[in-house]
Amino acid sequence: MTIAAPTPTGTAVFADDRIPPRGVVASTIRFVRRQPVGSIGIVLVALFGFAGLFADFLAPYNPTANDFTAMTEAPSWAHWLGTDQLGRDILSRILFGARTAFVVGLTSALVGGFSGLVLGVGSAYFGGRIDLVLQRLLDILMSFPLIIMALAVVSIFGTGVHNVIAAITIPLIPRCARVVRSSALAIREVPYVDAARALGFSHSRIILAHMVPNVVAPFLIMLTSFVGQAILAEASLSYLGLGVQEPVAAWGLMLQGGAEEYASTAPWIAVFPGLAIMLTVFGINLFGDALRDVLDPKLRER
Amino acid sequence: MLRTFGGWAALAAVLMVALAGPASTDEAPKRGGTLTYMIPADGPPSFDAQREETYATIHSAAPYYSTLIRANPMEPGSPDLVCDLCTEMPKPTDDGKTWAFKLRQNVKFADGQPLTSADVLASWKKIIWPPEGTVSPRASNFVMVDSVDAPDAYTVVFHLKFATDAFLPALADPYAWIYSKAKLDQDIHWYEKNIDGTGPFKFVKYETGQSIEGVRNPDYFRTGLPYLDGIKGIFADKQVTRVEAIKSDQAAIEFRGFPPTVRDELKAALGDKIDVQTSDWNCGGLITPNHKRKPFDDPRVRRALTLAIDRWGSAADLSKIAIVHTVGGLTYPGSPLAPTKDELQQIAGFWPDIEKSRAEAKRLLKEAGQENLSFTLLNRSTDQPYKYYGIWVVDQWSKIGVKVTQRVLPTGPWFAAMRAEDFDMTVEGNCQNVVNPLADVGKYLPHAISEGNYGNFDDQHEIDLYNAMLRELDKTKQKQKLLEFNKYVLDDQAHGIFLLWWQRIVPYRAYVKGWKIGPSHYVNQDLATVWLDK
Repeated sequence: MTIAAPTPTGTAVFADDRIPPRGVVASTIRFVRRQPVGSIGIVLVALFGFAGLFADFLAPYNPTANDFTAMTEAPSWAHWLGTDQLGRDILSRILFGARTAFVVGLTSALVGGFSGLVLGVGSAYFGGRIDLVLQRLLDILMSFPLIIMALAVVSIFGTGVHNVIAAITIPLIPRCARVVRSSALAIREVPYVDAARALGFSHSRIILAHMVPNVVAPFLIMLTSFVGQAILAEASLSYLGLGVQEPVAAWGLMLQGGAEEYASTAPWIAVFPGLAIMLTVFGINLFGDALRDVLDPKLRER
Repeated sequence: MLRTFGGWAALAAVLMVALAGPASTDEAPKRGGTLTYMIPADGPPSFDAQREETYATIHSAAPYYSTLIRANPMEPGSPDLVCDLCTEMPKPTDDGKTWAFKLRQNVKFADGQPLTSADVLASWKKIIWPPEGTVSPRASNFVMVDSVDAPDAYTVVFHLKFATDAFLPALADPYAWIYSKAKLDQDIHWYEKNIDGTGPFKFVKYETGQSIEGVRNPDYFRTGLPYLDGIKGIFADKQVTRVEAIKSDQAAIEFRGFPPTVRDELKAALGDKIDVQTSDWNCGGLITPNHKRKPFDDPRVRRALTLAIDRWGSAADLSKIAIVHTVGGLTYPGSPLAPTKDELQQIAGFWPDIEKSRAEAKRLLKEAGQENLSFTLLNRSTDQPYKYYGIWVVDQWSKIGVKVTQRVLPTGPWFAAMRAEDFDMTVEGNCQNVVNPLADVGKYLPHAISEGNYGNFDDQHEIDLYNAMLRELDKTKQKQKLLEFNKYVLDDQAHGIFLLWWQRIVPYRAYVKGWKIGPSHYVNQDLATVWLDK
């Protein structure tokens, strides 16, 4: 048995015992077998993601076009999910609404997540006053519930897609930073980080090459949950009239427009966008749980 | 007369009111009981109607006040104006320039003080010439008033600069509550937070944002009125709350008006336990371009944007889901002075052929170098009808290639954005009270004249047209000048893009009697004649 050279992260592996790489298909099958519920989540997310990505081709109608000849039509062959009070095709609006949800959800989660990652690892690495000041700032931000903070940001900066993304991103940053910091604190004390310092590596190299890869597992799990939270927050803000604005297709906005007034006479106006929100967030949560099981060594073999 | 569009509209309005509702004049009113009604707001900005512009103030406190004259409560949709605090409607003297009103002598404020001409004089001076530090949004309706005086304790005389038909309807302003001079002298802002009037009810208590309550005024100057022992207004901003309150009989009525879907829902749920009154509404929607922002300083662009909107093809369908209803120009469609359909169809945006209209719109945009025009439309976060106006016009403009995004703000920030000139185009509502065709178009005058105009433009020619119209006493010439004004504002300059007039639908518990709908939700709200049949 030979011992291979240390990897850049400082961990050594036994060359002869390397697990042969699996193909994508084999990995997928293994994942589906081990995580059937998580697989359902992935399928749901993929379906809605695909719908949003290709809404221009999939949607049978222009999602913003009023059609006064088809107002509040029940689901039919012409309009599979019915129409709203302005004759707009609900299926088309749900498909385009998926785009809005994922654009807001993914952007907020990625920007919020990566900003939190940088702050969390940086805070742990530098420690001292930097850590103290950063953590107190994050404490202040964390003291507001996500939706309250998002409402405050939208109230200050106004509505619209960009402001909604900012409103959701800002409260996600401290949540990510706090979790990442706690993992990074442990990493900071391991010998290979000391070795890297002793070798004169730059701070950015140590952080990016030696610390970040070791907090990726909790970070990825959190990122998935952030996507779901961000989609829900976007729907909530739109429902409250503080998110994206008509006539942009967005699920929360669709609920706001029809749920109350047409609940008894045209329930499909509220039911289908509600289902879309529920299934997408459910799918993301299932996927996040599965990802946690796969990435967490304690849960991996259960 | 019926050959004209205005004539048909007038007849339709009269028939609608006549067929709609609960005249109840043949029934003997019953005394007693408390009327609980919903107020679609989270509270009035203040209790001083002289300074406010919202029904939230009127519906909260009108029952505690009187006015000098008012719309006939039995026929609030008719042009018939009657005395409230005066004893009889005067005949003008001095070629229509002097109006002397004799006042009732048995009127007391709620605090027991008698009302005299000094109170009426002080109130009207505050309305027409607001003292520094106070506001009076309808002061511009009284440009014709030269002076007001009180020659004796029970006479008030208005001296006009020129005779005009716009004076008397302006005087019947339901916001023109008569206040106590002593209270005004004590503190000019006293009425913003307190209530003391001469109306059919006496104020009891106000729970901020929750409810306002009053009891029968035993000293009310109309013998036998009011019929009710008490009233309670409940504030609820959300429509679903108000509908459920009526459905569950927690409240009997909401006076502002509901969309047709709510009428249908309540009728379906409660059948003949619900009565409905309907009327054309002296409220219209418009879009105001900010002339200070390019390219909206170019009349070709403004004209193109009004030409793109298919009013004739959309009104009937929109009226099924929103409180919008009637195609019309700047003049209330029920008025004999309103343009006929033929006349209206000569104005840009009202052409009968929408394809021709949109082709012209595209040509104008191309000529103005704005083929790829995109902008943000400021809108108010109120469902009825602002949300529907917004979605509708964005769709209509997309048909000439104009891309529009909306910026929707709550009422306060929406007003603030308009006042700060922070918008490209804005959706607005223009609600007037007693139908006053000449004065009602004052809203469209430049801001220097009309504080409520947010277009940020100056136009002396428009002001000249308005002044000439205001001084015209011959009805035929009045109508011609009003048409000329309509054409100039909506077509030649397109200073405003008028959308559709509203419809007022009030479904309510059938046991509520003695209230008649009118073309304004500000008018006929003192509730003196309302009684409960239970």
